Amino acid sequence: MLFTSWGFALLIAVLIPLYYAVPQKCKTAVLLLANLVFYAFAGVFALLLLLGTAASVYCFARWIGWLWTQQKDSLAAHREDWDKAQKKSFRERMEKKRRLALALCLVLHFGILFGMKYGAGIVGLANGLFGTTWDGTKIVLFMGCSFYTFSAMGYVIDVQRGKYPAERNPFRVLLFTSFFPILVQGPISRFDRLGETLFAPHRFSRENLEAGLLRVLWGYWKKLIVADRLLVAVKQLIRYPETYNGAFVFLGMLLYAATLYADFTGGIDITIGIGRMLGIRIDENFIRPYFSKSIGEYWRRWHITLGAWFKEYLYYPISVSKPLRRLTKAARKLGDGFARRLPVYIATFAVWAVTGMWHGNSWNFLVWGLSNGVILLASEELSPLYARFHGRFRGWKDAWAYRAFTVIRTVLLLSCLRMFDCYATVPETLRAFGSMFTVWNLPMLWNGGIASLGLSFGDWIAAGVGVVLMFAVSLQQRPALLTPRFLQKPLAVRLAVYGTLLITILVLGYYGFGFDAGQFIYNRF
Amino acid sequence: MKAVWKKWIVAGIAALLTVGLLWAAQRLVMPKYQSSSIEGSLTEEYYRETLNHDVLFIGDCEVFSNFSPMTLYREYGIASYIRGSAQQLVWQSYALLEDALVTDSPSVVVFNVLALKYGEPQSEAYNRMTIDGMRWGKAKIDAIQSSMTDGEEAITYVFPLLRFHDRWSELTVEDFRCFFEKEPVSFSGYLLRTEVRPVTQTPTPAPLTDPHLPQTSMEWLEKLYTLCESHGIELVLVKSPSIVPHWYDEWDADIVAFANSHGIWYTNTIAQNDEIGIDYETDTCDMGQHLNVAGAEKLSSWFGAELLRRYDLPDRRTDDAYTAVWTEQIEQYERAKATE
Repeated sequence: MLFTSWGFALLIAVLIPLYYAVPQKCKTAVLLLANLVFYAFAGVFALLLLLGTAASVYCFARWIGWLWTQQKDSLAAHREDWDKAQKKSFRERMEKKRRLALALCLVLHFGILFGMKYGAGIVGLANGLFGTTWDGTKIVLFMGCSFYTFSAMGYVIDVQRGKYPAERNPFRVLLFTSFFPILVQGPISRFDRLGETLFAPHRFSRENLEAGLLRVLWGYWKKLIVADRLLVAVKQLIRYPETYNGAFVFLGMLLYAATLYADFTGGIDITIGIGRMLGIRIDENFIRPYFSKSIGEYWRRWHITLGAWFKEYLYYPISVSKPLRRLTKAARKLGDGFARRLPVYIATFAVWAVTGMWHGNSWNFLVWGLSNGVILLASEELSPLYARFHGRFRGWKDAWAYRAFTVIRTVLLLSCLRMFDCYATVPETLRAFGSMFTVWNLPMLWNGGIASLGLSFGDWIAAGVGVVLMFAVSLQQRPALLTPRFLQKPLAVRLAVYGTLLITILVLGYYGFGFDAGQFIYNRF
Repeated sequence: MKAVWKKWIVAGIAALLTVGLLWAAQRLVMPKYQSSSIEGSLTEEYYRETLNHDVLFIGDCEVFSNFSPMTLYREYGIASYIRGSAQQLVWQSYALLEDALVTDSPSVVVFNVLALKYGEPQSEAYNRMTIDGMRWGKAKIDAIQSSMTDGEEAITYVFPLLRFHDRWSELTVEDFRCFFEKEPVSFSGYLLRTEVRPVTQTPTPAPLTDPHLPQTSMEWLEKLYTLCESHGIELVLVKSPSIVPHWYDEWDADIVAFANSHGIWYTNTIAQNDEIGIDYETDTCDMGQHLNVAGAEKLSSWFGAELLRRYDLPDRRTDDAYTAVWTEQIEQYERAKATE
């Protein structure tokens, strides 16, 4: 079920009153039912996979939890009669068993995810190599699979690490894995953080309802007025790269930056808003990312939960892994600086390669991911140079103009990188990028070029106003979210804002018969 | 306590304002069908009628273009109305008749058979032109359910704003002028066209893949017959004169068989062309697809005589209530003919 479908609106309209009407002990059942209804629209197989994932994750976590209990009980029982060495050896044996269980779990679930993401490509490759005629097009990635797999694996890893015990109630694990607002585009949630609020008792609160409603309306506003409208122009620009080169590529780059922001943050706003209406606090996934002053800062403020997941479950484990430590030790022969950098470089490239692969199954995404890694490491290497520069030009760093320059530089840089997300192949992306510097066709933009992108004058005005408003709201959200301050406004003002948002969405929104809108861009990852 | 009441009142006013603004927005963005695609106004215009009709026409463009109720009244005193619309599918004809029977009691219902060639929903735009103007009731709900094409959603018929909201950037003066009241575009459902575009060639019809009319269409025709029978109405089947689209002999045979088996009158006026006197040099407005007013009057003159010969229809020219309404309408009709 898509967030932009009428069925979804109906689901929410039924769920919210029902959720607060039923006794506390029935709320989990109501949410589970809503999850099943929501995901049933993805198809029987998708639903079965989701249920299977939840069941498997529950079993693996319980197995690992049981191994922890065994260890504790045995150590307690043999506190007196085992010496230190025996205890250490026992711990190591149990740790090996837990790691084995975790490895099985990870191989199974990431294997399924990998198969769905890359199955079609692998089949195509096999057909090419061995002359077979298998049909790879039937292998598709079920909606939300990337997101719930990552959340679920995070839970099992945490249990393996002993961060918290395995959940005994299977329905809670199912609820966590299948919680419908976060199912299709995140945020990628942690069991301890989400569970704390997901399983807590919820009483009706006007504040929660209003805050959630505001967030939901704002999310739809961004998605339907800005994102889906601009996407028409972006698609047109990408579809004909030979025609739309030079200045058009630059325009497309900026339009895609606005589209992706409006689309993804809009979707997350809807997600967080629905959670809030149910009294459930979902982690923020963005902190005004387009105001970042460097790519590193940007990635700490954009899709925060994915970055945090990779950092905690991939970057750190790789950095401290035995093979890498051995490699670092060996690299000391080539110099301390090199040896210090080696694990950082390897872990960074590994994380960004996987991040790229997570986003898509073409070479574009791998190149995109690795490019991010290169820029981040280059920034790190150049940081002494920056420090010297700022030492010499004291005061620049805090000057408004310099900060604005760094923000614009960052937005342009990440927009350039995102071109890999737009164009079909790496060479095509590079050709389009190059044409920005080799083809001079700026006047063509207003000599009919912009008019040929599939949007009317009114559409451009609506999208333009939308982008300015998004920017203005982002500015207002410093240092904290606007919602608590908004809720202090008089009732009449608040209602006027809700009404205005609703009416403008319904009238100016890019939706309905004949419009190719609906799915969020991140639904496909 | 006072503060709580104040909040409820503010909330109530805000809710009313929002609903009112949404209603106004919907009213504004809905197509008015006054200067283009004017056939979209036809369904709605029927509800302006105050008198009963003895003959009701239902069907596609071939009824609202080819039959003139003015001629039927002037020459025979037949009070008729055309509930036609562009590409009106048979289940939509059924719904429009069912809807009309809530307030109207015709003795004869004339159904044009051309649209029977469509056994499935065809076009969203035509669906909207036929259904949006209907008043709410079971007939409209049935029409929506049976007519929706892929991608259409029933809720957009309940709240047409959700369908037509994208017109906000193309609103014209007409949308504001017709916000409260629209001008009638027809004469008892007849769309008057005076231009002459003669037939220049007769295209060769494509061979039929299936010699029979779709089963779904025939089932709806059966339902139409049953509906008429249950109301004591005589159902008449007619194929209007046309050169294009081609009316196949195989389809005609299906209709003849249906009419014979049900004991109802079916006339294929293409075969009666010489008797009616249609001249495709002067009587068509679009090279043989539809008749112009000259052709429509010839056809109506012939058809009215046939109706009177076969059915017991009252002469409404002696009824003062009818005379007052129809005389004014005929005067407007003549003025329009002269000025078009």
